[in-house]
Amino acid sequence: MEQPQPEQLSFDFYTEKPHLVRESRDELKLTLGNFAGPLDLLLYLIKQEQANIFDIPIARITDEYLKYVRLMKSFDITLAADFLVMAATLIEIKSKMLLPQEITQDAEEDAEDPREMLVRQLLEHQKFKNASQMLYERVTVEQAVFPRGRVESDENNAETNATVFDLLAVFQRILSRHTEEVQMEIQREEVSLSEMLKNLKKRIFETKELSLLKFFEEMHTRRELVTAFMAVLEIVRAESVKLVQTTTFGDIILRKV
Amino acid sequence: MDEEIEEKQTRSISEIVSLVEALVFVADEPITVKTLADVLEEDRETIEAAVEELKQEYEDREGGLQLREIAGGWQISTRTEYHEEIRKYLKTRPNAKLSLAALETLAVIAYKQPVTVPEILEIRGVQSASAIKTLLDKKLITAKGRKETVGRPMQYGTSKDFLLQFGLKDLSELPSIEDFEDLTQGI
Repeated sequence: MEQPQPEQLSFDFYTEKPHLVRESRDELKLTLGNFAGPLDLLLYLIKQEQANIFDIPIARITDEYLKYVRLMKSFDITLAADFLVMAATLIEIKSKMLLPQEITQDAEEDAEDPREMLVRQLLEHQKFKNASQMLYERVTVEQAVFPRGRVESDENNAETNATVFDLLAVFQRILSRHTEEVQMEIQREEVSLSEMLKNLKKRIFETKELSLLKFFEEMHTRRELVTAFMAVLEIVRAESVKLVQTTTFGDIILRKV
Repeated sequence: MDEEIEEKQTRSISEIVSLVEALVFVADEPITVKTLADVLEEDRETIEAAVEELKQEYEDREGGLQLREIAGGWQISTRTEYHEEIRKYLKTRPNAKLSLAALETLAVIAYKQPVTVPEILEIRGVQSASAIKTLLDKKLITAKGRKETVGRPMQYGTSKDFLLQFGLKDLSELPSIEDFEDLTQGI
């Protein structure tokens, strides 16, 4: 895509000269960050035209303004959006000024100059522009002043109070956290009923006899216990397995028939 | 017992000046007259006099340091004229400059605070969202509650860091915004 030839575009804060940076052959870079907005552009144009801010030659300024906006639009559409509002305002003022003034009977009630709002806004903006210049000067001066470096104190560096024992305590805490994590992993391993059943069958077929108490003790969680109990019920129902209890309230043995 | 009380009362003014200097020296941040008074258990007037005296001493000596009032407190710092050599030693460059947009937004906030985003927009004529974010990131401004109006927009004001970075004692030290008006007549 052909880019327009570099033209002066944005403003340098100090010299107030618009500039455009050509980075490489096909790349034009606008220093848009320095561009403060449509009011700035307008102020610049008024200054350049050596016009009176209280009597802006609106037609001329609008033309100039639109020229800039068109150029900018070809570079950065989102930025131009802000400027388009101002363009619309300028055109509106221009058209209002072309209309014949209504002749009012009341001399005191002069028809309001359509430019008045804009002028007020420009003046207000100019004030803050000057104020920001002042702030810039202040910060520049201030950056040439250095306070002393920071002093180590308990408040800004609590760690200086730590001893080897504190270190040890912290290490222990890390270790214990680690074990907790491992325990959690075990809990997460959940055995399904079918897995439990398979496991139980295998045990009984291998050993012929299985102590229920021992089998239940192997379980880690309540959930596993419940699953184990259900597996025992299932195996008793389906398979030829006998439940044997030698003494009252004693251990129950699962015996393969 | 009597001796103890007496000891405290017999601090000479030059002793207090020395103590103030020592405290200002170790303080990380500008130290307030109130803090100095509390620590030294002296009254405000005595401390104020001591600070003034100390300031004068620094000025008379014309050394590399100065005592200055900033952000509501007192601070010992280097003199502006030596910044180049100090930077060479510290290997620092001046902080990244604020963009013109950020500076303008900051000026509006400083003078109009507490101020909402739409109010800033009205004065600047541009959306200032990114500039406000920059200023918040740099901790130059802070949110100052919501305005009790339609939409309850957030209000912004300058921070203590703003005073520090711009070398201001307090906000009243900012020149009046009306002073800038005269400059606009020339256009």
